[in-house]
Amino acid sequence: MQATQAAGHAGHHDDASHGHGPTGLMRWVTTTNHKDIGTMYLWFSFVMFLVGGAMSLIIRAELLSPGLQYVSPEFYNQMLTLHALIMVFGAIMPAFVGFANWMIPLMIGAPDMAFARMNNWSFWLLPPAAILLTASLFVPGGAAGTGWTLYPPLSVQMGMGMDMAIFAVHILGMSSIMGSINIVTTILNMRAPGMSLMKMPMFCWTWLVTAFLLIASMPILAGAVTMLLTDRHFGTSFFNAAGGGDPVLFQHIFWFFGHPEVYIIALPAFGVVSHVIPAFSRKHLFGYTSMVYAIAAIGLISFFVWAHHMYVTGIPLTGQLYFMYATMLIAIPTGVKVFNWVTTMWRGSLSFETPMLFALGFLVLFTIGGLTGLVLAMTAVDIQLQDTYYVVAHFHYVMVAGALFSAYAGLYFWLPKWTGHMYNEGLGKLHFWLSMIFFNIAFFPQHFLGLAGMPRRIPDYAQQFADFNLMSSIGSFGFGFSQLLVLVVVFQAIRGGARAEARPWDGARGLEWTVPSPAPHHTFEDPPVFDPAEAHA
Amino acid sequence: MAHCTNRNRDRNRLRFGPKGLVIAGLLGLFSSIASAAWEISLQNPVTATARHVYELHSLLLWVIVVIFIGVFAVVTWSIIFHRKSRGHEAADFHDNTTVEIVWTIVPTLILIAIAFPATSTLVQMRDTSQPELTIKATGYQWKWGYEYVTGDAAGVKYMSVLSTPREQIENKSPKGENYLLEVDHPLVVPVGKKVRMLLTASDVIHTWSVPAFAVKADAVPGFLRDTWFRAEKEGTYRGQCSELCGKDHGFMPVVVEVVSAEKYADWVADRKKEMAAAAEDPAKVWKLDEQVARGEKVYAATCAACHQPSGKGLPPVFPALDGSKIVKGPKAAHLDIVLKGKPGTAMAAFGAQLSDTDIAAVVAYERNAWTNKLGEVIQPAEVKALRGK
Repeated sequence: MQATQAAGHAGHHDDASHGHGPTGLMRWVTTTNHKDIGTMYLWFSFVMFLVGGAMSLIIRAELLSPGLQYVSPEFYNQMLTLHALIMVFGAIMPAFVGFANWMIPLMIGAPDMAFARMNNWSFWLLPPAAILLTASLFVPGGAAGTGWTLYPPLSVQMGMGMDMAIFAVHILGMSSIMGSINIVTTILNMRAPGMSLMKMPMFCWTWLVTAFLLIASMPILAGAVTMLLTDRHFGTSFFNAAGGGDPVLFQHIFWFFGHPEVYIIALPAFGVVSHVIPAFSRKHLFGYTSMVYAIAAIGLISFFVWAHHMYVTGIPLTGQLYFMYATMLIAIPTGVKVFNWVTTMWRGSLSFETPMLFALGFLVLFTIGGLTGLVLAMTAVDIQLQDTYYVVAHFHYVMVAGALFSAYAGLYFWLPKWTGHMYNEGLGKLHFWLSMIFFNIAFFPQHFLGLAGMPRRIPDYAQQFADFNLMSSIGSFGFGFSQLLVLVVVFQAIRGGARAEARPWDGARGLEWTVPSPAPHHTFEDPPVFDPAEAHA
Repeated sequence: MAHCTNRNRDRNRLRFGPKGLVIAGLLGLFSSIASAAWEISLQNPVTATARHVYELHSLLLWVIVVIFIGVFAVVTWSIIFHRKSRGHEAADFHDNTTVEIVWTIVPTLILIAIAFPATSTLVQMRDTSQPELTIKATGYQWKWGYEYVTGDAAGVKYMSVLSTPREQIENKSPKGENYLLEVDHPLVVPVGKKVRMLLTASDVIHTWSVPAFAVKADAVPGFLRDTWFRAEKEGTYRGQCSELCGKDHGFMPVVVEVVSAEKYADWVADRKKEMAAAAEDPAKVWKLDEQVARGEKVYAATCAACHQPSGKGLPPVFPALDGSKIVKGPKAAHLDIVLKGKPGTAMAAFGAQLSDTDIAAVVAYERNAWTNKLGEVIQPAEVKALRGK
């Protein structure tokens, strides 16, 4: 994963660019190199993934059996809040920004990101935000115990941990907006001559749309939490009925950000999968043009469905009907994408290395998550299932299986390019199968719990829920510990292993495979000639 | 799942043809094995709305299972027959407008088809007109308050609090059958009557929910929302608060007892008698011992969840009362905060929940418990004088 390793193998290729600039820690603090910054993003997100994962294991340990065993209810609430905030803002989003930093310049034949110094700054904003979030556990009153949705008036009751979470969200938002501006500018201005927008790799397309979603939605979240802050400390009443406000207003603003956020996480995942599946099917991506339109449609519609998270808040019937129809509409472009991936595999020449396994795992599990999303889109059914474990199962199928599996597919796919070595295929496959099996043991039973009526965010439950909860806890422990295998695989690949060729996958297309492995510190200082044979479609 | 072949849905079932029937058989087999010990579908519906939701869910389950099987049959075929290891050569095609139009239009048609039952169920669900009985439920951290607004029971009001003993929650004694789903005073409604629930909350957002009725609606502080149900079968139905409302969110169940008209009339009569008996002479002059004894009970039921039985609280959100400046300060300020709450904090206003006698007693208890030995008696008249100020 580390570009520094390139120095160790300098004999193998021309890598003249390491001689200047600070070394050691200062190199990482001051770097403006997109590969270094991408590497830092990826390591940061993995560390946060472990922290957020540990919190989920505390949650599942408490839920192992009925009764209160290990933690107090208020600490339990803090765990579920921080688990979500850290996983969404600390693990998944930075992981895909890391992929974007590493791969977008390589894919479009650019020497670096458009605003290299801002790129450094947008990374280095993350650690302070992470420290604010995790340190809030240790202040009086502990962290926010409101769930990641931070609904008032409950969030107005919280101690200073809530203020720390608000500032963390502000900082993370700034980082995301800067990163997004950078990505938009890079993609629109720095493509190699001859690479028109409709010849651009799919990963770049998904990130282009994602970046616009981020630029449009993060300021809205920042506004919502700022209003919360002034309600808490400066006597405003945005969300306080006694002062003429409305608690439900916060939910509207939050979900106007929150729903696009779901696609901010999902779209880059779609992008990665759109590279991996064609590579291991040894075929072109089917329906490139419809894929692009589907991504744009999903991005656009995502701004018009927010209140489907709020069906039980008392919004009027006409509102419920509108949001139900709009939500159902999203199923169409999403379906198009799934059909395109399936047809890409059809009559291909398939092989099943680890990246392909994770992409297939993504396809199966994301489809399940999408289909339960269709069930939840029906307002009447959603009212029955709102705030139950069915919803927890649904979004973990979309988030973990969707985003995380796709991130793993990308990791194994590009690891040879980053480290210059092939990873251990046996361990990679083991990692996939353990993840796949334990993920389903952990989350599939939660559908049943939700249908039977178990509410989410409770530290203790009635006895009829005991069997499935036990199963779910066992699955989540298995899933959690399986993830440590990634560390082994990555460290092995950094330290050595079979040398990777420039194009280690025979079916892979794109400019990133025309540079040596590991990718030299500086690439494409002169714009490459774009060969249409390398185009995605 | 066994209930999904319902008369209303026959036309949909027919659409799936023989393939659907095979799947139905397999799923039926699976569900009969599974339901032995494991509940895997929605609770048995007890209202017409819940039945419609159940059917809608079953229909959707069919639709998504068929789509899933269809899509992954193709994937499985590719995985088995189009492998490189079998020497399969990759074909070279990457666009087909006809196919792409078909797989945009077909899902659209399926969606339009399911939009019809989805819409009619929702319209029916939201029709709260012409209720035969109206009850207001108020969410408190962490209990429900019920007040009968119309009908014979108009004026009856009481609190409904979790009755599972603390020892069961802390695993010190075996858990009962209705662990965490039992309350001291359930909501009692007559069978077959359309009951309209008005919902509000006093502190944070709570959600009143009974899965067997397909009823779930937010109780938002400062606003009134409504929902309704008409229970078709006598029995006890249990749900839980469904919006995270703070530390004891998991411990405020909703229990509804549906009884016959006669039993309901008896219950109303009993309840009214009880209320009359409990109505105390507000002019009674209290002595310290009896007042502290009463206050201790009120404290345990109302205050101890946050401020703790030890009076140490859970600072800083729930401050300690033992040695507190307010408790050891002037009586009037102490009474005032209990009556009116403290805006912007978790301290709710208890003026509407507790009688003058109870407020006087609990304040007197706090001022005499733990290390706060102030030796003061507070007469209900003092509380009355402070109300409305």
